[in-house]
Amino acid sequence: MDNDLLCTLYHDMLRIRRFEEEAARLYTERKIGGFLHLYIGQEAVAVGALSVLEEQDKVMTAYRCHGHYLARGGCSKAGMAELLGKETGCAEGRGGSMHFYDIDNNFYGGWGIVGGQVPLAAGLAFAQKFKKENGVTLCFMGDGAINIGPFHEGLSLAALWELPVVYLIENNEYAMGTPLSKTFPTDDLSIRALGYPMARETIDGHDIFDVRSKVHTAVQRAREQNQPTLIEVKTYRYRGHSMADPQKYRTKDDVNVHKDRDAITQLGNKLTSLGMEARREEIEEQVESEIQEAVRFAEESAFPDPSTAEKYAYVGG
Amino acid sequence: MSGDAAGEGVKMRDLAIRDALKEAMSEEMRADESVLLMGEEVGSYNGAYKCSRGMLDEFGAKRVIDTPIAECGFAGVGIGAAMCGLRPIVEFMTYNFSLVAIDQIINTAAKAHLMSAGKLSVPITFRGAGGAAYQLGAQHANSFEHWYAYTPGLKIVCPATPYDMKGLLKSSIRDDDPVCFFESELTYSMKGPVPEGEYTIPLGKADIKKEGSEVTLISWSKNVFLTLEVAKALEEEGISAEVVDLRTLRPLDREAIFTSVAKTHRVVVIQEQHEVASFGAYLSHLISTEIFDELDAPIELVSSLEVPMPYSKSLESVILPSKEKCLEAVYRTLR
Repeated sequence: MDNDLLCTLYHDMLRIRRFEEEAARLYTERKIGGFLHLYIGQEAVAVGALSVLEEQDKVMTAYRCHGHYLARGGCSKAGMAELLGKETGCAEGRGGSMHFYDIDNNFYGGWGIVGGQVPLAAGLAFAQKFKKENGVTLCFMGDGAINIGPFHEGLSLAALWELPVVYLIENNEYAMGTPLSKTFPTDDLSIRALGYPMARETIDGHDIFDVRSKVHTAVQRAREQNQPTLIEVKTYRYRGHSMADPQKYRTKDDVNVHKDRDAITQLGNKLTSLGMEARREEIEEQVESEIQEAVRFAEESAFPDPSTAEKYAYVGG
Repeated sequence: MSGDAAGEGVKMRDLAIRDALKEAMSEEMRADESVLLMGEEVGSYNGAYKCSRGMLDEFGAKRVIDTPIAECGFAGVGIGAAMCGLRPIVEFMTYNFSLVAIDQIINTAAKAHLMSAGKLSVPITFRGAGGAAYQLGAQHANSFEHWYAYTPGLKIVCPATPYDMKGLLKSSIRDDDPVCFFESELTYSMKGPVPEGEYTIPLGKADIKKEGSEVTLISWSKNVFLTLEVAKALEEEGISAEVVDLRTLRPLDREAIFTSVAKTHRVVVIQEQHEVASFGAYLSHLISTEIFDELDAPIELVSSLEVPMPYSKSLESVILPSKEKCLEAVYRTLR
């Protein structure tokens, strides 16, 4: 395997982890308001999946969106500033934690109503096909999204109209605090694909190489044949649903089972075992310096001017 | 037709509203490759109310798209496509069915521009029939324009005449913000003068449908025709009423309202909605706070009774605003 690729994947995952650890700290210092849903534990999913996309491909996700934003090339300074509600944020302090956008990098948010982004992503793919852009849309959602109406309507239309879209369920085992066993009758979420119908796949989310190869196959299916795919990635979040979650629904041992297979640790160890200890340390220092700079930038940035409170209600308004 | 007449020497012809709407959509689709129409029955069936007759033949299935019965799904697809620069027209067979798509319209279409700090825009037009129309029953007779008018980020267009329908639909399709455009089952066959050739009417501009000096009657959508009947009856009694057709609720032409009220000093708002938390109630607040000194009488509001719409003709007719109720309201302002 290409050593540079291993280093890039390690860098991109670690960058998300450190960004969010700092975000958690700032939240406890009350510098971040509202909800903060952390992606910690799931980094291999976003980084692996987005690493196989091309520039013209579009990405959309739900409210746990920091990881996807960063993995798509989003600026850490603008991301951290958004969390602090600053005018230098990626949505100028209008979006917040759940609504990151980076349209220049084809990252289309950041949506807060569970399942609501599923038909929207079909719409992005519809436009890509309509305009013959040779592009694919990759749409992420949580396991909590697969029982709500827009999920079914979006997948129905994607299959019916042969849209170049890949739907990826990040199954982290809990819809907020409700375990999957209470919301779905089997442990194979990909069977949802059968009724639309569309191709399906199941992936081990702790294995970034499994993520890459299977998402790549689905993306090619979308690009070359205009055929959508529904993928289930089995993953896990180490932190609560949001910062307010006391996590009474699971034990530390439950979490540790997954931490023992942590994708970042695994890949870091791999770099060491391949004799790239120096390269690994260099990446870690680089990430640390970038994230500290992001925090400094966010804290020093100004809040939006109150006189602009009504800006962006309408185009040109 | 007062207001924005198409100019001297322009040839007019009588056109039914459904054909005025078709002309608006077809002209915009010929002019702009990014405009498309999607909805239930819009293609092969030529539209549930025949507003898209012949459009599938002219533009093909790529741009005139029959959808399954899945309003939330195809509204969402339209919004997503609009974020990528297309200009979809999404037809709801009626706005009653838009409620299963309301999350997409309010939480996504209306808010995407703000949430992305202007990086996303959603140039989509939702259109379809709204309001009661002869015994449709409780689930098919709702006037939902003020539900949508509540939401900043949306533009709300409620025309009455064929002329206004065409000119405002063309402007709605060209607008860069999401627009909810309201029609009526009752008036699709109604004919009126429409100029040959190109014209548009700007959003946010009311039209004085009849000039008068003693009382201002404000309405929108098909209630404009009821309001004109009321004005005519008053005229026969020697009372001069001015009819202000708002045509769009967002943006609202406040100046047209204030100018008329400053002239007549009396206001009756005629709406099909229920009174509680309605657009008419907002208008009443607006007028009474902005130009209180101009008022010689309390503002009257004629609305539907506070009950879901029952089926029977004898019940429906007493629930909706009527000429008699409107006249009584006018008389109260003149006491």
